[in-house]
Amino acid sequence: MRTSFVFSEVVTGLRRNVTMTIAMILTTAISLGLLGGGLLVVRMVDKMQANYQGKLEVAVLLTNDVSANDQDCSSQPCSGLRTSLQTTSGVETVVFENREKGFERFKRIFEAQPELVKLARPEAIPATFRVKLEDPERADVIVREFSGKAGVKSVDDQGKFLDRLFNVLNGVRDGALFLALLQALAALLLISNTIQVSAYTRRTEVGIMRLVGATRWYTQLPFLIEAVVAGIIGAVVSVVGLILFKAFILDRVLGDLFSSGILPTLGQLDVLIIAPILFGVSVLISALTGYVTLRLYVRL
Amino acid sequence: MIRLEHVSKVYKTSTRPALDDVSVEMDKGEFVFLIGPSGSGKSTFLRLLLREEVPSKGRVYVSNFDVAKMSRRRVPRLRQSIGCVFQDFRLLAQKTVAENVAFALEVIGKPKNTIVKVVPEVLQLVGLEGKADRLPHELSGGEQQRVAIARAFVNRPLVLIADEPTGNLDPDTSQDIMLLLERINRTGTTVVMATHDHGIVDSMRRRVVELDNGRVVRDDARGVYGVGR
Repeated sequence: MRTSFVFSEVVTGLRRNVTMTIAMILTTAISLGLLGGGLLVVRMVDKMQANYQGKLEVAVLLTNDVSANDQDCSSQPCSGLRTSLQTTSGVETVVFENREKGFERFKRIFEAQPELVKLARPEAIPATFRVKLEDPERADVIVREFSGKAGVKSVDDQGKFLDRLFNVLNGVRDGALFLALLQALAALLLISNTIQVSAYTRRTEVGIMRLVGATRWYTQLPFLIEAVVAGIIGAVVSVVGLILFKAFILDRVLGDLFSSGILPTLGQLDVLIIAPILFGVSVLISALTGYVTLRLYVRL
Repeated sequence: MIRLEHVSKVYKTSTRPALDDVSVEMDKGEFVFLIGPSGSGKSTFLRLLLREEVPSKGRVYVSNFDVAKMSRRRVPRLRQSIGCVFQDFRLLAQKTVAENVAFALEVIGKPKNTIVKVVPEVLQLVGLEGKADRLPHELSGGEQQRVAIARAFVNRPLVLIADEPTGNLDPDTSQDIMLLLERINRTGTTVVMATHDHGIVDSMRRRVVELDNGRVVRDDARGVYGVGR
């Protein structure tokens, strides 16, 4: 097999249908970009779950009465609640935080907004049991058992808030992957179409090749490589696009959430980690589409 | 070299067979004219030799290939031992004379040093030395057909198939092309030529196989085009 010959055929083919080639590259790139975006969200959610897994707590907020009168949880109903929380199975630790400590914590959290701190009164902050569970998924047991008990104002499962956040992120992921799928379909059809056009414009060459006894590989390989080269260029464009998108848009829009630690940071490393996946998918899809097209639609 | 045994070919779109129980044998080094009116089965005959078609019935042998039965994978091997020339030359317009000839070798994976050596030789054989760098549209019809013959012959095939090679050429030029085909025939290559050209067939006095309605109606060792025409 003369590689230089096959290569020159590929270059000629790509040049001859330059508009189709560009369309093919762009569609592939957009499709891969969306797929990459989806994969990034998946990574983000994974990181978030790992981050929060160890920190999730259930907060049992106590009534105003208890909060005001029982500073160290020495009398009923507070001490009784503590004991029953501690003896509930699956509970790892129970920490009592009185109104004063709660207010300090509040001040710490909202350090950046002094006007909010100024407005707040310690009386608005309830005393709280911070309950850590061995398995945060089982928070509903605590919620069910302790809601409405004497001295309990409400039970907050932090996991619930997080679930809502995850839901939003998973929605973004699903949306991105769905668009990627649609776009991939368009890319697929374009690849198939480009190969057919390419084969048609070169039908004289291909006819001669068959006649003089070129093997199937020799006649088809240039078309296949054409599709794969376009796929690879598409993958490069999509990875560069993702890097730029992350640097100039994502980091700006979500910068605050990243720096405050609410959302885990996505580094360029994360983009580079998914790059090989995008390349692999691209090469596989373009080669497969090319092969199927040549088999089904192009008589070589 | 070429043997057809009771070959019939029926196309799906037609009820009448294109070839009907044809048995012919052609020896190595023979020069055979295949004549007959349009639709008599000449083209089907040639396409069967190239395995562009498979017979509906019967067997086809070219050299030691069992053409009708062979696997698709072996078809390129068969075609590498057959050269083809057509009425419309079928040259690549954007390639030079030398590149057109070299193309036939490149696509079957011949090494570059062979190509560099063989192409000028064959161009000299067909009388196109000095025109290697011309493009097809800069050549006359006769010269273009010479390029096509050079391309068909460059791989030294056992059989040369010519489908009305003089159909687009004036009588003088046609004579030149025939001389060239004769020269190729003298190297031992079997030549099978489908034609309508009375003058050529009558003057060459070679074997004539006449087809009519898909049947062999005449096979003369030293024939003329038409008896009583």
